[in-house]
Amino acid sequence: MENTLRQKAKELLESGEVKVVIGYRWNRTRTRTTPVFITKPEDTDQLIFNPLCVNNLSLYLTRKFKDIQALGKPAIVAKGCDIKNIVVLITEAQVKREDVFIIGMVCNGMVYKQELWKGELTPQIMPTKCHNCDVRNPHVADFVIGERSTFTPPEKPEGMVFDKIKALDSKDPSERWAFWINEFSRCIKCYACRQVCSLCFCERCITEKNMPQWIETSAHPRGNLSWNLTRAMHLVGRCTFCGECERACPVNIPLNLINQKMIQVVGEAFDFKSGYDEKVHPPMIVFSPDDKENFIK
Amino acid sequence: MSGHSEEAVSTAGGYEPKIMAFVCNWCTYAGADLAGTSRMEYRPNVRIIKLPCTGRIDPLFIIKAFENGADGVLVSGCHPGDCHYTTGNYHARRRWIGFKHLMEFAGIDMKRLHFSWVSASEAIKWVDLINNVTDEIKKLGPFMEYKGLKEKSAE
Repeated sequence: MENTLRQKAKELLESGEVKVVIGYRWNRTRTRTTPVFITKPEDTDQLIFNPLCVNNLSLYLTRKFKDIQALGKPAIVAKGCDIKNIVVLITEAQVKREDVFIIGMVCNGMVYKQELWKGELTPQIMPTKCHNCDVRNPHVADFVIGERSTFTPPEKPEGMVFDKIKALDSKDPSERWAFWINEFSRCIKCYACRQVCSLCFCERCITEKNMPQWIETSAHPRGNLSWNLTRAMHLVGRCTFCGECERACPVNIPLNLINQKMIQVVGEAFDFKSGYDEKVHPPMIVFSPDDKENFIK
Repeated sequence: MSGHSEEAVSTAGGYEPKIMAFVCNWCTYAGADLAGTSRMEYRPNVRIIKLPCTGRIDPLFIIKAFENGADGVLVSGCHPGDCHYTTGNYHARRRWIGFKHLMEFAGIDMKRLHFSWVSASEAIKWVDLINNVTDEIKKLGPFMEYKGLKEKSAE
């Protein structure tokens, strides 16, 4: 698998079809993987792919990384879940389909966090998204590497995140409020969730707008609540549940819960799942006169 | 009916909720205006902010209203199909569907957040709406959960 990847990357760079290959390599101590940007064909031997490649590299296609865009047309090593984010970027006109070469990797699951890796991939260390993954075979790609996966996701999504959402939904509003205030009170406003998200690509985030100060910048419960609600609201109908925000959070706020909840709401209300079709508009930028709700009196 | 500050509440013994209403210029504001020119009486607890269209209402406005001490928020605009800008309220409706569920999931009592369609001729509906919302929120009392966050942050 890795050999095919390296060879393909070499071919692409040698032929000049792409100018940079965005992929993964080992860190110096070979304990974790780290993003790498390869511009020379002789460097392609660094490329690797294994269950430690959790990062969602689609982040580097956004305008947050102008220096990478300046290198020229990229090829990106992407798992199915990363491709979902690339698809959303295409639907939102951030990148053109023909301007990126997607090297789709067949994936059999990733570790939830790299420090959990003990040399073997077991279901216990896989995140909820991998247990319910329906894109183990990349759905949008120019070149697919790996043997076709025969995994079929469970009919009804299951896993820790879904159980927790169900548990929260069955509680009183006041209990949910207490739960979230407690979780958000740990927030230190480092904005790692925003930086790591490939769909938070605004050049000027709402938190940086201070005339007026929309979101309080200091890390206290009131400002934390408004930041986390706003972040979730800005991802409604866009989030693909890649889980990078929760993974990046230094204080382990369960952002996956709130994101997955909104994915369910969008699925029920608009019958839409983000990241599957690059020709369909995201639900929040279009409308239908037949939208159904029962709370507008 | 001028004492809406918290001190006035404790001394007078009665509690008057603060309600923010974000309304659109073309329907609900005109409806409220009609209620006024028709000399209809309704609860004075509502503070109206007029916006060009419901499509202009950023969900952050609602969060900001709660942050600044509102006990309830009301959002209202033209009925679907009646938007002055043709499609503004359809977009707003999509956004509200998302936002309403988000606020519900965050644990905000949905009795404090109301959405409505009120047209320019529905002065009676507006009056009833304000009276009902005010009474409902009055029963709930001040939104101490949200207001308490400020004190929490001082700790």
